[in-house]
Amino acid sequence: MENKGKKEISRRSFLKVLGAGSVAATAALYGCKSDNKVSAEGGTLGEVPTDKMTYRTTPTTGDKVSLLGYGCMRYPLRKNSKGEEEVDQDIVNELIDYAIAHGVNYFDTSPVYVRGWSEAATGIALSRHPRDKYFIATKLSNMNNNPNVRSYEGSLAMYKKSFSELKVDYIDYYLLHTVGNGGMETFENRYIDNKVLDFLLKEREAGRVRNLGFSFHGDIAVFDYLLASDIKWDFVQIQLNYVDWKHATGSNTNAEYLLTELEKKNIPAVIMEPLLGGRLSRVPSQALNIMKEIHPEDSAAQWAFRYAGTPESVLTVLSGMVYMEHLQENIRTYSPLIPLQKKEYEALDRVTEIMLNADYVQCTECQYCMPCPYGLDIPGVFGHYNRIVSAGNKLKSSKDENYKKARTAFLVGYDRSVPKLRQASHCIGCEICKPHCPQRIDIPTEMRRIDFYTEQLKQKIEF
Amino acid sequence: MLRKIRIITAGIFFFLTTLLFLDFTGSFHLWFGWMAKVQLVPAILAVNVVAIIFLLLLTFIFGRLYCSVICPLGVFQDGISNVSGRRKGKKNRFRYSSPKSYLRYGVLALFVVSMLAGISVVVSALDPYASYGRMASGFLTPLYRWGNNLLALVAERIDSYAFYSVDVWMKSWIVFGVAVASLGIIAILAWRHGRTYCNTICPVGTLLGFISRFSIFKLHFELEKCNGCGLCARNCKSSCIDAKTKNIDYSRCVTCFNCVEKCKSGAIVYTSRKWGASKTPVDTVDVHHTSNTENDKDGMSRRSVLSLLGLLAFTNIVKSQQIKVDGGLATIEDKKIPDRKTPIVPPGALSAQNMKQHCTACQLCISGCPNGVLRPSSKLVTLMQPEMSYERGYCRPECVECSQVCPAGAIKPIDIAEKSAISIGLAVWIKDNCVVNTDEVQCNSCEYHCPTGAITLVDRDPGYSDSLKIPTVDKELCIGCGACENLCPARPFSAIYVEGNVRHHSI
Repeated sequence: MENKGKKEISRRSFLKVLGAGSVAATAALYGCKSDNKVSAEGGTLGEVPTDKMTYRTTPTTGDKVSLLGYGCMRYPLRKNSKGEEEVDQDIVNELIDYAIAHGVNYFDTSPVYVRGWSEAATGIALSRHPRDKYFIATKLSNMNNNPNVRSYEGSLAMYKKSFSELKVDYIDYYLLHTVGNGGMETFENRYIDNKVLDFLLKEREAGRVRNLGFSFHGDIAVFDYLLASDIKWDFVQIQLNYVDWKHATGSNTNAEYLLTELEKKNIPAVIMEPLLGGRLSRVPSQALNIMKEIHPEDSAAQWAFRYAGTPESVLTVLSGMVYMEHLQENIRTYSPLIPLQKKEYEALDRVTEIMLNADYVQCTECQYCMPCPYGLDIPGVFGHYNRIVSAGNKLKSSKDENYKKARTAFLVGYDRSVPKLRQASHCIGCEICKPHCPQRIDIPTEMRRIDFYTEQLKQKIEF
Repeated sequence: MLRKIRIITAGIFFFLTTLLFLDFTGSFHLWFGWMAKVQLVPAILAVNVVAIIFLLLLTFIFGRLYCSVICPLGVFQDGISNVSGRRKGKKNRFRYSSPKSYLRYGVLALFVVSMLAGISVVVSALDPYASYGRMASGFLTPLYRWGNNLLALVAERIDSYAFYSVDVWMKSWIVFGVAVASLGIIAILAWRHGRTYCNTICPVGTLLGFISRFSIFKLHFELEKCNGCGLCARNCKSSCIDAKTKNIDYSRCVTCFNCVEKCKSGAIVYTSRKWGASKTPVDTVDVHHTSNTENDKDGMSRRSVLSLLGLLAFTNIVKSQQIKVDGGLATIEDKKIPDRKTPIVPPGALSAQNMKQHCTACQLCISGCPNGVLRPSSKLVTLMQPEMSYERGYCRPECVECSQVCPAGAIKPIDIAEKSAISIGLAVWIKDNCVVNTDEVQCNSCEYHCPTGAITLVDRDPGYSDSLKIPTVDKELCIGCGACENLCPARPFSAIYVEGNVRHHSI
């Protein structure tokens, strides 16, 4: 009897739920409640404005540059009919068209980006637009030790090729690439002794280079030397984000110093690594909570972009956007920029504290170290490790509460993100990669550290 | 009722024993590893006295229940025979045939002699459990793993770590060929004649048949109830009931209880010897019903060729599964197997000799090896028995999987601490392959990964302060685990590789 009663009730309540459900569904369909929105707006969602982009003006040429700059170093790839990889030009076109339509006008490429394919792909996409709709930035790259490339003739060839690849007869922003990497000696050997810098200064006079600058990594002596010299720099590209402001790692210099020095000379700054290789978009949850308490709808990436764009001396903030969603979010962040307020700076100080205490490898996944001659996927290994740190799955001790879960997440996730033969265990310690890293990471040592951690987990060693 | 109990227990045994060959997590055998250890041939080879006595007693009391329930090959044949019997007009397809005594005892004698003489190929070819093991690991393991990999793919999509993907690779064409051939022979015999394989070829069947003649519980005719319809004989997959003389050949009866179930007049009962002894007529040889073995063999070979072709096509899919290679990365050449003068056998195997004498080549350890190290030997004397190679992985310090699963005492159980001190081989450096010499770069991979500190780097050009360093191996410390060989950057042949020790020793 009792059973029967229960059955009936459950059937009745089921019908009730069903009825309520269909009412709600109808309400949602026809919007019968006026104060109940159909979809979210603001934050990361909603309309992407086409005419609200914040622009900054250069002191020398008076260019109005969009605060969001398009970094062309991480284009999506596809397989062609021969099974070889190539840049997915259709997607690149789509992204760049969208960027231009929404006010982005600064495009930063290099002869070495995306395995050397970036300039050509950027050229194809941009040449479909009027030349006065975009500014092109490209570089005289210097990470090749080959003397034929480093010579005057080699440099000239690289310079000329940029024009043909980009299908332009002038370059808006031309940079000496990764100045400071290798110290004073490398700089002089690369640009001074072979008279390349003299040549570029003449090209600027001739108008084929409208703005001359350099991108800076590493040895501060070179930075100071260049600013002190009597060469007029139209702009300088530096690494800036809220962690690097006061806590630059390795031999990098605090962004606070770099920007202050540039402001003294009234030189606009182009910002790279606003997200620290993506790490600032995947912050640990306690750090994210601090930001969400202030702006529940904003992402960590939006905070980082607002931070990088707030100083008035910043000309543009570069972002290597591969996905439409990222492009849209970044456009929204800067259309227009809402400068950071005191309360927000204080919050970011606390976020920085958390980031510094986390156990990250300081890799921005820039790929400069690649390809490793022994097949390792160096940025892949570091990327996996950093994601584990962000997710709070890096164990301090084998007695940690989340040991089992964190162990699986690390080991299974490792095999998923990096093929076994390209993992840290295959590092031979040859150090060929080491001089290429703009973040000055001791790659072999970090590889061995990660391998040691992996072995601790695999062998279930107590630590 | 008895038949139902038999079918259910046999199903459970069969399912779990098969899972032993499929599981790659190593957790399953902790619970059900004993199912492999009660298989008769492995138990004999392992001198597992408890298991042997248990099986002999079981047979002495209840008859050849082993063949009906425990032996996976027997249950597998019942499965095939059952499907065959569901065809139209094949309901009552069996008939009595006389025992092929010469063949039975001949094969048993060959088996015993081979075992004593250490001709392991014959032993492993005839052991029914090992036969089944080769089929399970040859055909089902890849399917199981592909299924797992599919789930892993789904898990990855939804950010779950519940499944992780595992490698599927063809470990040996010889073992696969043998598995295909045994499947062909056994499946065709079972399809047409039920338990013919068990009662003419299988040495375990013959051996247990000696005992089951005298078992306490047996099937008996109750002569007063029997109406002589012969339904029992026509449903006896062992072809051991002679309905005319009302005789049962107990050496061939596998106590499946099918006859009990079929008999409409309840004239066959399963009772103890005492009760029915007087009514049991003596075995007679019936010469009228010899089946035409010549014809059977013809049909068999043609069909087995066809099934072989089908399976070959299937394994080509296994082979074509390649590693996903990302662009922008240096290509990595596959490693090749070095020409080892002495094969390496896993820690716990004691020596090459011990392995050869005890192993029935059931492939359980090979299926279970999580590091891609074990694979079947292709040398005639140790054919299909496991040996090690380090192109895909090395014998990792935390793993003693093979020693835990081996039912035959070929790999004795060891723990992780013991393993770390057992030397199964010795690393040898090949100067001309080493990247220090070929690429002029410093490499310390072998030294870094050596778990016992057996490798030290020394100056290649003594006297020069900037000399590159080359590895040297301390014979006293090397355990032959292959970490150095597997992680050596030289390809396709490593610059440091392991030669097996004929007899293992501790360091």
